[in-house]
This record gives sequence, structure tokens and C-alpha cells, in this order.
Amino acid sequence: MQTRPVIELAEIHKVYRTGEVDVHAVRGVSLDILPGEFVAIMGSSGSGKSTLMNMIGCLDRPTGGKYLLDGIDVSTLDRDQRAVIRNDKIGFIFQGFNLLSRTTAQENVEMPMLYNRHRVSAQEQKERARSSLELVGLGKRADHKPNQLSGGQQQRVAIARALVNKPSLLLADEPTGNLDSQTSIEIMGVFQKLNEAGITIVMVTHELDVARFTKRMVVLRDGKIVTDELVRDRMDAAVELGKLKAAQEAVKLA
Amino acid sequence: MKLFAPFKIAGRALRRNKMRSLLTMLGIIIGVGSVIASVSITTGATKQVEDKVASLGQNVVTVFSGNFTSGGMRGGWGSAPTLTIEDARAIKNEVGNVVAVSPEVRDREQILANGLNWNTQIQGESPDYPQIRDWDIASGSMFTDGDVRSLGKVAVIGKTVVDQLYGSDDPVGQTLVIRNIPFKVVGVLAAKGFNLFGQDQDDVVLIPYTSHMRRITKRTFVNSIMVQAASKDTINLVQNDINTLLRDRHKSAEPDFTVRSQLELMQMATATTRIMSVLLGAIASVSLIVGGIGIMNIMLVSVTERTREIGIRMAVGARGRDILIQFLIEAVTLSLAGGMVGIALGMISAQIVAATTGWPTITPFAWIGIACVSSAGIGIVSGFYPAWKASRLDPIEALRYE
Repeated sequence: MQTRPVIELAEIHKVYRTGEVDVHAVRGVSLDILPGEFVAIMGSSGSGKSTLMNMIGCLDRPTGGKYLLDGIDVSTLDRDQRAVIRNDKIGFIFQGFNLLSRTTAQENVEMPMLYNRHRVSAQEQKERARSSLELVGLGKRADHKPNQLSGGQQQRVAIARALVNKPSLLLADEPTGNLDSQTSIEIMGVFQKLNEAGITIVMVTHELDVARFTKRMVVLRDGKIVTDELVRDRMDAAVELGKLKAAQEAVKLA
Repeated sequence: MKLFAPFKIAGRALRRNKMRSLLTMLGIIIGVGSVIASVSITTGATKQVEDKVASLGQNVVTVFSGNFTSGGMRGGWGSAPTLTIEDARAIKNEVGNVVAVSPEVRDREQILANGLNWNTQIQGESPDYPQIRDWDIASGSMFTDGDVRSLGKVAVIGKTVVDQLYGSDDPVGQTLVIRNIPFKVVGVLAAKGFNLFGQDQDDVVLIPYTSHMRRITKRTFVNSIMVQAASKDTINLVQNDINTLLRDRHKSAEPDFTVRSQLELMQMATATTRIMSVLLGAIASVSLIVGGIGIMNIMLVSVTERTREIGIRMAVGARGRDILIQFLIEAVTLSLAGGMVGIALGMISAQIVAATTGWPTITPFAWIGIACVSSAGIGIVSGFYPAWKASRLDPIEALRYE
């Protein structure tokens, strides 16, 4: 059975017109991502990966080419229409967590539902936010505010928020950039678990270590895809975590 | 977007900066407070003047005879011998919407009673007079049309005259002497107090106008004619009709009479307080505008401060209008809360003014509504630009904002 790709990018271009010089950030990217995939988009800074991410995330519009998200052509939508698509189909996870400060984890997770096209009752909002937090292992921390949570926990809240509207696609931008190595592995573990449950994840990163937890790696350079291949020596977060713990204990014993 | 969610977000944002919200509201509080206080004071003053004018009677139109000039001396209104009893009769019979007419003759006389004497105003009137003036008879009764026809020697006296001549005795049935003619007191008027011009209205003796003209002043004209219109709406009509009728009857090139209505008097009397209220209102609206600018300023700061929050909200699906509404509601909440506090403060200060100066103050309900609506309006107007600016932010830029 042929499954329809979640993301279909066809000859995507993005040109920034800043002053006199046109900056060609993305030069013809074609990429299909199927449901259930876990893809890392890699590249050095200036490779166009952030620009591509913004377009995949419907925050920005390509200047050329066609982008189908879940079968919908989103490359021609206006600001408000893209906001609706983001709300409905995409869950964002950022490097800096981007939680609302002085707002509890629970309320942070409820926030996307405020903007749903279809009214969600306050009761249902609470329940959905709660179960989303439980999914990332933070059910007991719902009443904590971001400044009472560790970096890893904050990123879990962000993941819970991204999941709460049951998106077609989880989009993570350097999700481990602000975390230490152990917490990074933990977060990747969360992603792997979610992916096993069937959620499509696209992650932008420049760290090869992190990319090795994914299933497929796409490397960009100068706005073009240079490699697109499956991850052969894929790492399992649980195993890696165990190794790390053992190493730490060894140091402590020594 | 949920109906109450923006209010919740706004409330949280405002609570986050309590001091700042309070200071921002202060502009609106002072503005609305001064509007309410000044409106309360001027409304109280206007009401007081209106009550005085109303004490002149109900829907009254008064015809004065013209100015009598003799050898360069001008006698003032009511001095010319131009108005007659026939004029009064014609008004009663020919002008529509007239319910009562009283020809009026006035004179000051020294009167005697009970071994005492007193100088007072003697007024010749018709039996309609108490009705026109909306004046109750405290005891006894008004003289009748029969007394008018028979030149009856009967009198109805005011409270002051009673106090001066009879003390605590019941004057009804007693005798009162005017120019050596004994009059029988048939009634006593209820106390009415001072009029708009500070005259004691109770210092009066009413007798039939015929008796006045034949027995006391021996003249053929009346000073004025008091006419009562059927309703407030017909006052102007009655005034015009009387003008036409009398001009016709007198056949003079220059009108030798003046017709004044209570409405005109009301307008003249309240002109001062109206000017005062316009002035106070103008000052108050300046402070409201300043308050509005304060809100706009703080909202602009708030939008800049919360650029990242706006970016996050947009990333998870807030549309431009969701952001616009959120900030508008925040601005309106600020100004409306300020307005509420201002209303309370204004009413309290009006009470303080009333207590310390003795001026009557009234806060009209309509103005409480106006204050609410206009403070909400100020919130919308001053919050719109910052909110629009927030709604136009580019989510990518906003997310990157430090």
C-alpha cells in the first residue's frame, strides 16, 4: 500500500531580498518524508537548514517550488491560514524551550488549544494537557513553573505542548542545543519512544551524535541536499544512557 | 479562540506588573473621577435652579404688558396700560391647549389685622392662580369665580403674612384691612419659600383681580397675564399663539407686550451651570486623553517586552487577530478598571464636596454609563496601535528576539 508522504517538498527555493543583494538561502530542495519517519536535517550554519525548517514549519513561505503538508499545498497560504495549519498539523520544539515564564507547565501545554479552530472545553483542555505531560514523564510536575524545572524538564514540557494538538509532524530545532549530554540522550529517548508510537519527527541539528538517534539523515550544504541516507549505526537512547551511567559510576568508584 | 481565554491572559499579564498597571490606570482614574465629580456637582446645581424655576408653576406662559415711557422715564415691563381683562378672556377662549388663565394686578399696600400692620404685595388673581403656580392651599380654600364676578372682599394669604399678623392664630375667617376696606381671609397658602431671585414668595395677599382693579388700584389694565399650557410640549405653541392673538387684538406696529415661557426662563437660569459643566467637562476630557496616551505608551512597552511570547503564540497557531484581540483586551481591561475606580472616586469626592460646601450633588446614572463606555473606548483607541503592531510581528523574528 502506498502511503502518502507527510511532507512533499518539490524544488523548494527561498530567496531573501535584502537591499541590493539577493540571498539564495535554499536552492531547489526536493524531499519526501513518510509517516513514522524520524529525520535529522543537518548542516553547518549558513547551509540553509534553518530556512528550510521555517518553511517546513509553515512559519515562512518558499519563493519557489511546491510544498505539500499532509497533502495540502501550504506554499501559497497567507499568514492566518499558515497559523491555522501550524496549530493543527505541526508541533514545534525549540532550542531555547520557549515556554511562557511565570506560567505553569500545565498552562503552557494548554496554550496551543486556545487557538484551535474548534472549541475545546476547559475540562478537555485540562485532560489533554495532563495526559500529554504524562506521556513525557512530567505528570507530577504540572503545577511547576519553568523556573522551577530543569532544562531537560522544560524541554519535556515543550514536547508535551507540541504533542497536545495531535500534530501530523513534530518539528524540533536543535532540541538538545541547550542541554548537557545526559539530558540530551534522555530527550532523544523521548523522541525515539514517540517515534516508535508512530509520530513523524523532523529534527534540525548540527550535532552528529544527536543525529545518530534518528533513522534518516539529510545533509544540506549551500542550500542544497548533499546526502540523504538511512542511519546505519543507529543508537538506542536507553542503551546509551546505561553506558553513560556506568561510565559515571566508574569515575566515582575510582 | 475561546471567549474567556483572552481575559484570563490579560488579567495574568496585568497582575504580573501590578505597580505599572496601577500607575497606568491612574490617568484614567483621575480623568473619569474628575468627569464624574464635576458632572455630579453641576447636575446638582442645575437641579437646584430647575426646582426654583419649577416653583414658579407648571408649564407657565406669562404675558407682560409693554414698557411705559413718559417724559423720558421708562417704566419697565408691565408698566404700560396695554393688557386688559378682555385680552385674558380672549386667550382663554381662543388659544388652544390653554388650561388656566389668571390676569394679574400687583400693588404694595400697608395692611392691618389683629391690631398689627404689615407692608406686603397685594395680587389680584383669578381662582386659577394656585393651579397655575402649582401652589397648595394649606387651610381654608381659594376664592371662587363668583367672588371675581361680585368683586368679593375675600383674601387668600401667604405664610409670611400669617406669621406677621396672626402669629399662631388661625387666620381663616378673620378680617384683613386693605386701604380701609375689610377683606375676609378665606384661605392660607402653603409655604413656598424664596424664588430664584431671592424674593419671599410667601409674603403675599391674593384677592380677586376685579376687586383689586375696582376697589383698590382703580385701574383698567392688568400688569400681566399668567397662562398655563396643557403640557410641556405645547408651551411653545401656546406662546406663539398668544403672540399672534395679541398682536392682532392690539393692532400696533410695535408689539406692546412680551410673552415669556417657563422654558425660556429655565434656559436662562441654567445657562451658567451649563457653561460651567462644559468647562469642567473639557478639562476632564484632557485628563482622559492624557490617560489614554499613558495606556498606549505602556502597551507599546508591553508588546516589545513580550515579543518572544508573541512569537511562541504565533508558532503554535495564534493568528494575527488572536494577538490583536489579546492586547486590545489587555488595554481595555486597564482602562475599564481605571474607569470603574474613577467612577467610585468621583462619586466619593462629590459626596465630600456636598458634605463640606452644602451644595447638592447628583450623579446621574447615564453618566456612569457614559464613563464606562468612554473608558472602554479609550482602551480600544489607545490599545489599537500597539495591538496591531503586535499582530503584524513576523513569528520567525519574534522567536529570535532576546
